[in-house]
Amino acid sequence: MSAVSIRVTVNGTPFEREVEPRTHLADFLRHDLGLTGTHLGCEHGVCGACSVLVDGRAVRGCLMLAVQADGAEVTTVEGLAQVEQLNPLQEAFREFHALQCGFCTPGMLTTLMQLLEEHPEPSEEMLREELSGNLCRCTGYAGIIRAAMKAAPLLKAQRENAA
Amino acid sequence: MTTRFFGARVQRVEDGALVTGAGRFTDDIKLKETLSAAFVRSPFAHARIVSIDASAAKEMPGVHLVLTAADLPAAWRDKRLPLDVPAPAIRHPLTQFPLAADEVCFCGEAVAVVVADNRALAEDAAEQVMVEYDPLPAVVDCRTALAPDGPLAQTSVADNLAAKWVNEYGDIERAFAGAAHVIAEDYFQHRGTGCPLEPRAVLAQYDRAGDSLTVWSATQAPHGIKRAIVDMFDIADTQVRVIAPDVGGGFGPKLLTYPEEIVIPHCARLIGRPVKWIEDRREHMMSTAQERDQLWSVRMALDADGRILGLRGTLLHDTGAFLPWGIIMPYISATTFPGPYVVPAYRLDTSVVFTNKISTSPMRGAGRPQAVFAVERLLDRAAQVLGLDRAEIRRRNLIPAEAMPYKVGLIYRDGQPLTYDSGDYPQCQQMALDTADWAGFEARRAKARAEGRHLGIGLANYVEGTGLGPFEGATARLLPSGRILLRTGAASQGQGHRTVLAQIAADAFGVAVDEVDVEVGDTASVSVGVGAFASRLMVNAGSAVDTSSQTLALKLRQIAAAVLDAELDDIELSGGVARVMGTQGGQISFREIAKMSSGRPGFSLPRGIEPGLEATSFFAPPQAAYSNGSHVAEVEVDPETGLVKVTRYVVAHDCGRVINPLLVDGQIQGGVAHGIGNAIMERMRYDEAGNPQTTSLADYLLPDAGNVPNVEIVHMESPSPLNPLGVKGAGEGGTIPAAAAIASAIEDALSPFGVKILDAPMLPETIAMLVKNAQAQKDAR
Ligand code: FES
Ligand code: FES
Repeated sequence: MSAVSIRVTVNGTPFEREVEPRTHLADFLRHDLGLTGTHLGCEHGVCGACSVLVDGRAVRGCLMLAVQADGAEVTTVEGLAQVEQLNPLQEAFREFHALQCGFCTPGMLTTLMQLLEEHPEPSEEMLREELSGNLCRCTGYAGIIRAAMKAAPLLKAQRENAA
Repeated sequence: MTTRFFGARVQRVEDGALVTGAGRFTDDIKLKETLSAAFVRSPFAHARIVSIDASAAKEMPGVHLVLTAADLPAAWRDKRLPLDVPAPAIRHPLTQFPLAADEVCFCGEAVAVVVADNRALAEDAAEQVMVEYDPLPAVVDCRTALAPDGPLAQTSVADNLAAKWVNEYGDIERAFAGAAHVIAEDYFQHRGTGCPLEPRAVLAQYDRAGDSLTVWSATQAPHGIKRAIVDMFDIADTQVRVIAPDVGGGFGPKLLTYPEEIVIPHCARLIGRPVKWIEDRREHMMSTAQERDQLWSVRMALDADGRILGLRGTLLHDTGAFLPWGIIMPYISATTFPGPYVVPAYRLDTSVVFTNKISTSPMRGAGRPQAVFAVERLLDRAAQVLGLDRAEIRRRNLIPAEAMPYKVGLIYRDGQPLTYDSGDYPQCQQMALDTADWAGFEARRAKARAEGRHLGIGLANYVEGTGLGPFEGATARLLPSGRILLRTGAASQGQGHRTVLAQIAADAFGVAVDEVDVEVGDTASVSVGVGAFASRLMVNAGSAVDTSSQTLALKLRQIAAAVLDAELDDIELSGGVARVMGTQGGQISFREIAKMSSGRPGFSLPRGIEPGLEATSFFAPPQAAYSNGSHVAEVEVDPETGLVKVTRYVVAHDCGRVINPLLVDGQIQGGVAHGIGNAIMERMRYDEAGNPQTTSLADYLLPDAGNVPNVEIVHMESPSPLNPLGVKGAGEGGTIPAAAAIASAIEDALSPFGVKILDAPMLPETIAMLVKNAQAQKDAR
C-alpha cells in the first residue's frame, strides 16, 4: 500500500506525515507521533478509550482513519492541561477518585470536555446517558460523574474568562 | 507513631500522570527496533493438528520469524507451563503448552507465532499460516462432561474429571434427619470475563552481552512470570527481570502466566531485537482466562424456627481446557458456602471437570460470588417457606459477635483451620438495612405499583478470606536527597498501592506522602514477591512497609540522638528532619543524615550504628483475615421486556482498619459495578461446538454509566488482630454478594408472578421468558 501524505494539527502543533491508508487515527497518534496518552481498549468502536477531539468533536480514534483527519485540528489528552497546570476536569478526576487504572481516563476526559462545553449545566442523568459509550471497568462511574458535575461550572467560568 | 495519613482521604500520587496522558502502559514503551508479534489461533474448540504450513507466511515482506511448536526448543517438547499451586486432589495436572503441538483444546489456543516489522504485517502473515485440523468432538457444557460415553476434552487423559474432593464437618446425616424443613435447589452461574480495559500485552528484550531478558507485561504477578521464565528457559533468576508498568486493570485474569509470556521472550532471544505483542479484544475474549461456570445442587436443613442445621450438596466446577491455577478457585467456593452463618453440619462434594473452553481462573471474587449466591438463595427460599422476613431469617443464623474468633470447622486454602478473626456480622447487616430503609420498602413498593412499576429489594451477606500469605516484602531506604524510597514486591493495576503504601511510610517518617517514592511491579525491586490477588496486598505489603519503615525510622532517630547528644526518646521525625523535642533542641535533616551515612570520608557514623540506611522486612500472616459485608439492592423490573434497573445499592462492610477511605470506597463502587455485570449483563456465550459467540464488546456487554447507581457505603472497622495495621483486604467485597442481592431483588419484584431466579446472569430475555412461563402456568391452572 502506498503511503499518503497528511497534515494535521495536534494539540496546537502542526505535523506533516506519510501514513498508510489503513492506519487509524489512534495508531497514528500513538505510534507515528508518540502521543501514547490515547488508549485502545477494543479497536472496534465500543469502549471509547480511544476518544480524541477532532475539530472540537469527540470521535473514536480507532474508527477514523488517519487520512480522514487530513487538515483537521486534533486534541488528545496530552493537550488538555495548560503548561504544568491540570485543567479543572483533570483536577476533579483526582479529587473524586474518578480513575483507578487510568486506562479509560483519556477517553473519558476528552469526551467530557466536549460534553461539558455543549452542556455547561448538566444533570447527572444526562451525563450518565451521554457517557454510556465510554466504558470503565474499574471505577463503577460514580467518581467520574461527581468529577464532571464539579468541573462543569469551573470549565464554564474558564471559557468565559478566556473569551 | 503519629497517624496523619493513615485513615485519611489522601488523593492519589498516581493520578497526575494518568490524567495527562503520561501513563506508561506496556504498549507505550517504545524500544528501538521493536518488532511486533501476532498469534495463529485455533478456530476449533477441539481438534487434532494434522499439519502446519508456514512457508507462505515466512516469505511475506517484513516477516522475521514464524514459529510453531515444532520450532520451539527440544526441551519444551513435552513441557507444559508450570502449574501454580498444585494440590493432592488434582487427578490430571494439565496446563497449556507454549504452543499447541498435536491437539488444540479450546477455540483461541495458540498454535503459531509470527514476528514482523509491525502489527499489521504480522497479522497479515498470521492469516497465511495454513493449519490443517481434524476436528474432534468437543465438551462444551460442564453438566454433561462426566457422562459415561461422552467425548473427552483432552485426549491425553482417560476422563474429564480434573479433580475431586469433599469438604465436611459435623454430623450431616443427623442434621437432615432431624430437620423441620429441607430446601433443595440447583443454581447455575455462567461464565464471564474479567475484561480489564487494557488487554494483555507483552514486550521482551534480550541483552546478548549480559545473556539476560527483560520482560514488560500487563500482569498482576511479575514475580510469577519471572519464576515461569526461569523454569521454562532453565536459566538463573538473575538473568530475568519482569516489569509490570502501568497496568490497565487486572481483576484476576492477569494473574496467570500465559503462553505468550513465554513465547514472546523466546522470539526476542532468537531474533536479538525487542518483540512486542498486544492482545486485541477478540483474542482477549478467546484466550484470556474467564470465570464463574459452576453448578450447585444443594440442600439446606432447618429447624422449625428457621435455624440452619446443615448444608450439603455437590459443586460442579468447569475449569475449561486446563488447570492453570490448580483448584484454588473451586476450593475457595467450597469453603465460602457456609458464609457468615452458624452451620452446625456441612458436606460438599466438589468435582472439577475439563471442557473445551478457555480455562477458568480466579476473577474478582474468585469462586466466592457463586458460593454466596447458593447460600443466600437457599436462605431466601427458606424464608419464603417459613413465612419469615428475609432479613429476619438471616438474623437468626448470623454468627454473633461474641463468638469471634469463630472456627467454621473447615480447612482454608492456606492450610489453616478456617477461622474468622473478627467482626460483628449482625450489626453490619443492621447497618445495611437501616441505610437502605428496608423497613420502609413496602411503602415504596406500593407507591410504585400504583404507577404500574415493579420494585423489588434484596439482601445478601458475605465473608471473605483476604490477605493471604505466604508473604510479601518491602525495603525502605533513605535516599541521598533525603527522600524515602519504598521498594516492594507489590504490583498494581489501579488500586492505588503507591499512594496507600506511601501513606503508611509517611506516617512512620513524619513526612508528606509525596516525599515518598514507591516502586511497584518490578522484580528488580525485591528478590521475591507473590502478587496482587485475593485482596492481599494491603495486609502483606502494607505490613511489610510498616515494619521496614518503623525500623529505618528508629535508626534515623538513633543517629540523630547520637549526633545531637540527646536521648533517643526525645528525638522526633517531622518534615524531613530529626529534631530534639521542645523548642531549645537542635535538629538534623534527613539529607544530612544520608550524607553522614554514605561512607564519605570526613563524615563518621556514631558508634554502635551500622552503616546503610535501609531496612527490609517480610510479612507472613499467620492466616487469612476475614472481611465481611452486607449488600442491599433495590431494582425495578419490567416484566414484559425483562429489563432490570438497579435503582439503589447499599453496602455496609468491614475490612478492618481503613487506610484510605477514598480508595476503599472506590474499590467497593467498582466491585459492585462488576457484580451488576455478573448479575444482569455479562454472559460469555458459546455455541454447541464450543465456539465463543461474544467476542466483541458489542456482544459481551459491560456495565456502563447508565447501569450503575452511586453506591451508598457505610463502614464498620473491626481491626484484624492478625497484622500490625489491623487491616483486611477490600478489593473484591463489592462484587462477591452483588449477584445474590440483585437476584433476590429481582425475584422480589416479580413476586406477583411467582418467578424463581436460580441462575446468573439474568439477562432480559431470560427474565421475560420466566415471567411468560409463570403466567402460562397460572393460566393453565
Ligand atoms: S478502542 Fe476505540 S472504541 Fe474502543
Ligand atoms: S479506571 Fe480502569 S478502566 Fe476506568
